[in-house]
Amino acid sequence: MTKIVTDVICPFCGTLCDDLEVAATDDGKKIIEVYNACVIGTEKFLHSQASDRVTRPRLMQADGSYKEISYDEAAEYTAQMMAKAKKPLMYGWSSTNCEAQSMGHEIAELAKACVDNTAAVCHGTTLIAVQDIGLPTCTLGEVKNRADRIVFWGCNPAHAHPRHMSRYSIFPRGFFTGKGHKNRKLVVVDPRPTDTAKMADIHLQVTQGQDYELLNAFRVALKGEWLPDVVAGIPKEKIYEAADILKSGRFGIIFFGMGVTQSLGKNHNIDEAIAVTKDLNDYTKFSIMPMRGHYNVTGSGEVMAWQFGYPYSVDLTRGFARYNPGDTSSIDLLSRGDVDAMFTIGSDPGAHFPFNCVKKISELPSVCIDPHLTPTSGVSKLHVPVAFNGVEAGGSCYRMDNVPIDCRKVVEPPEGMLTDEQFLIMVRDRLKKMKGVA
Amino acid sequence: MATINVNLISGRSIQQGVAIEGGKEKPLYRTACGIIELDPSDLKELGAWKNTNVRVTSEFGSVVVKAIETTQGPHPGIGFIPMGPWANKIINPNTYSTGMPTFKGTPVRVEVAVDQQVLLGIELVQKACRGETV
Amino acid sequence: MSEYVIKNGHVFDPVQGIKGDKAEVAIKDGKIVEKAGSGAKVIDAKGMTVMAGAVEIHAHIAGPKVNLGRIYRPEDKLFTCTPTKGMERMGSGNSIPSTFKTGYEYAKMGYTTCMEAAMPPMFSRHVHEEIRDTPIIDEGAFPVFGNNWFVMEYLKNHEVENTAAYIAWMLRATKGYAVKVVNPGGTEAWAWGLNCLTVNDPVPYFDITPAEIVKGLIEANEYLGLPHSMHIHPNNLGNPGCYETTLDTLKLAEGMKANNKFGRESVMHLTHTQFHSYGGTNWGDFESKAKEVTDYVNKNRNITIDTGNVTLDETTTMTADGPFEHHLTGLNHLKWANVDVELETAAGVVPYIYSPNISVCAIQWAIGLEIPLMMKDPMRCYITTDHPNAGPFTRYPRVFKWLMSTKAREEQINAFKHKDKVLTQTSIGSLDREISLYELAQMTRAGPAKSLGLGNMCGGLKPGMDADVAIYNFNPEKPVANPDDIEKAFTRCAFTFKSGVEVVRNGEIVSTGHKRTLWVNAKIKDNPQVVRDINEKFLKYYSMTQANYESLGHHFVPNPFAIEVDAT
Repeated sequence: MTKIVTDVICPFCGTLCDDLEVAATDDGKKIIEVYNACVIGTEKFLHSQASDRVTRPRLMQADGSYKEISYDEAAEYTAQMMAKAKKPLMYGWSSTNCEAQSMGHEIAELAKACVDNTAAVCHGTTLIAVQDIGLPTCTLGEVKNRADRIVFWGCNPAHAHPRHMSRYSIFPRGFFTGKGHKNRKLVVVDPRPTDTAKMADIHLQVTQGQDYELLNAFRVALKGEWLPDVVAGIPKEKIYEAADILKSGRFGIIFFGMGVTQSLGKNHNIDEAIAVTKDLNDYTKFSIMPMRGHYNVTGSGEVMAWQFGYPYSVDLTRGFARYNPGDTSSIDLLSRGDVDAMFTIGSDPGAHFPFNCVKKISELPSVCIDPHLTPTSGVSKLHVPVAFNGVEAGGSCYRMDNVPIDCRKVVEPPEGMLTDEQFLIMVRDRLKKMKGVA
Repeated sequence: MATINVNLISGRSIQQGVAIEGGKEKPLYRTACGIIELDPSDLKELGAWKNTNVRVTSEFGSVVVKAIETTQGPHPGIGFIPMGPWANKIINPNTYSTGMPTFKGTPVRVEVAVDQQVLLGIELVQKACRGETV
Repeated sequence: MSEYVIKNGHVFDPVQGIKGDKAEVAIKDGKIVEKAGSGAKVIDAKGMTVMAGAVEIHAHIAGPKVNLGRIYRPEDKLFTCTPTKGMERMGSGNSIPSTFKTGYEYAKMGYTTCMEAAMPPMFSRHVHEEIRDTPIIDEGAFPVFGNNWFVMEYLKNHEVENTAAYIAWMLRATKGYAVKVVNPGGTEAWAWGLNCLTVNDPVPYFDITPAEIVKGLIEANEYLGLPHSMHIHPNNLGNPGCYETTLDTLKLAEGMKANNKFGRESVMHLTHTQFHSYGGTNWGDFESKAKEVTDYVNKNRNITIDTGNVTLDETTTMTADGPFEHHLTGLNHLKWANVDVELETAAGVVPYIYSPNISVCAIQWAIGLEIPLMMKDPMRCYITTDHPNAGPFTRYPRVFKWLMSTKAREEQINAFKHKDKVLTQTSIGSLDREISLYELAQMTRAGPAKSLGLGNMCGGLKPGMDADVAIYNFNPEKPVANPDDIEKAFTRCAFTFKSGVEVVRNGEIVSTGHKRTLWVNAKIKDNPQVVRDINEKFLKYYSMTQANYESLGHHFVPNPFAIEVDAT
């Protein structure tokens, strides 16, 4: 017999689909089938059930082998590491719930740590740009119900956010958009003719790294002013044409991704993209939205902001919160060798940080809290496997448009496994004792 | 042996997404991310068949991946390695005081390396951390 | 629970009519009692002022737009970060403090109950997470209804009962407290880049006017008998000449009577009145119409207002009035954030510097003070800064100073660069009224509590009420040597009690208390049509499912306090 759990939230990307259905065995232990999810989401649910899954903390020995230890020992090890370190880095947070993030922040405050989330290598530059110039945006339902102009700039949802286009952006029929994609014009800007670009009415194959120039040219074109014949590899006629398409819509939106945040220009690219959006509001209604990657990176930024005042790259070492990306950001801290312990949770810097930083992690006292085996767990001294958040534990998460959605627990974790939050509570309580805090 | 210079970008692919959820210790992760997607014209210039192992080297490091014909092309002059430890071995780690490494837009040299092996993800990181060639 | 008896203090309690007499206040089991037991701890309040805990009726302290302000204004943190201290968590921020700091600052000023003034329903879970992380103070949040598709569709056909059923559902789903209206119809128009500037401008597509929305929501509010009245930020905020729209809005309440079991007499609460009392046709001939607006409110007893005092600080404006923020960024060219929320509302955020060197800002300052000084009944006029829009809530003591001392007002007027203009465009120079401590207690305690329908629970020191008590180091028997002493005394309480727990002593946090989330649970007759309409909108138009919409569970509302309303 099976039971169907409905309205399940997919804990993979920032699209945070909440219409999944999962068939599980009656005893709530095994997932049998996943409906409505994309191929990645399905894999996430099904892989959680893998028979070769690591279910107990493992401590790396001098010879590189692992010794299984208890959660108590692991919590003690972690608390000791945090207590001893002068400037530990607590990185990740984007694949866990807001309750665990909150608990982690208590630990960070006790240990006077640096706290950073995956925006550091994702939309951190977006946040800097937002701090420069603001952000006119909207919820994804507004796009579904109203938008007739869609721009994907330096992002490839066909691969990175597979259900984004059908749920919110290109295809859905909404209140004022009864004809679905037939009423929408799609502009894609990407140096490659990606699978997203193949659906576009206009694909601007920008020269890689020249997004700023092209965005700037858009601002010129919107005003109908003079442009050189070719900007960033795009003939001016095409730029004028695209600008006219954007201006003539009733409600438009620019979605943007790593193509602009990680290319040279960084935050200045986003500054300019937001300026284009602001300019477009002189003619029609326009919004802009970062395509956030991890399913709860947005939530981490939110919790960090309401607790410490900044959305990422927070440094508490002086006893109060400081923020200065480029200085207090993970990549810079590690590259400079500024931190003396590495605490990773809900993320895989081992796979996604530049190698020089990964090497630094391997040389530090380190703990990795992650349900998977990852390059990070492979270079950390202690690996603490935990329940899959969003599959085996519930909790609050934030979609890319900042809408909070509460994840659901679908099945029980393997016997004796803890959630992120439960493990962090153990660490916090020990750290409080070590620090003599009531 | 011929070498070519291309502009390297890294980023997501759906195979990468599936593979990271399927287990980064598994060979599938290597299949999805231990690759470089090259334009057919660049492959031709390199003098390599598709699915040949190549060594990709930048000012910041070097790694062996399998060269495949691009799935989202044409994009002559651009090489694409899906985000992961292979790409991160060679991308430009400089943040230029923004906190963000330069994951996209690193000049790299590609040369055929048929006799060299593409490592598994975790293995690659561990070996490289020990200072071994990967 | 501990027992306390507060002795020798000068008590100001409008609920019991005590005007500064020395009276004992006894606390037992979280409530004010006639007499405490012999073992009660004695607090000597000799030479001090004793009032009920203050009640904040309108502030933006939790939720998505507040946090957007925090995220996009690192500069607001400059020189404001506070380290971990005793039981205090780290804090940061001036106009948009972190949640922990928000709770501490309110408690230290003697505030114990606060209302978050605009909750986008779709983001209620976020609002509640922040409320959970704001220690000590009891909080409620007002979901916004003035641009909601359901409301507009029902009220187009004047379906008050359906509107009421929808409101009841929404209050339950979002754990909301009251019906908030912001720029009715105008924010929906903003989704197309448009606005409604008068009460008769039709809303695009929905074919309804702001006037119809406002009237219908008042009727629905009274149909349900909710504790608070409809709480409105009218159309045309902040523009020269906007007072006419304000008067048109106020007139919509004519003939309406309050229906509730909470002792509330008003049917409409006009918020941040200062922003709605402008005359003139441009920024050059900008002038005060505080007299016109307060004259009307003085005559009509079914309206309550709050002030929205400009404090002359650098701050962060934030409102569900999306088109206004777009207008504002056009005026001051500072960074603009906007969020449109599907089917429900929008919000905008723009930093703002109220400079004493700019005539408009100085006139705004004067209007904010004219309003309470012109209001005859302090029980219907409450002090706010519309935090953080006109200034941060931490400036309340300074506003009190200006209200309580003509000398303080004169000093400020003389410091303005455009003093003459302030004096010709407003009547602040001719107002010699000084608000008394008793009136202050009405404007910050008993009055807002009554308007919120909490008059039997807080805002007073009558036995049986919650033991929320603030004790200030301020001796009402001594003449005020320096007006700044008023500000100083009200900035840090000697003691604050929240539900009978001593939370502040000598201006320091000594307990984080037992914070509650206040919400209204309205029971209604089964209404299958509204149930069907809600299902349909979620299936077709929302971007999330109905089953995931509700704020449910311990991590959102760990300590709920539901106020029950029966409208069956």
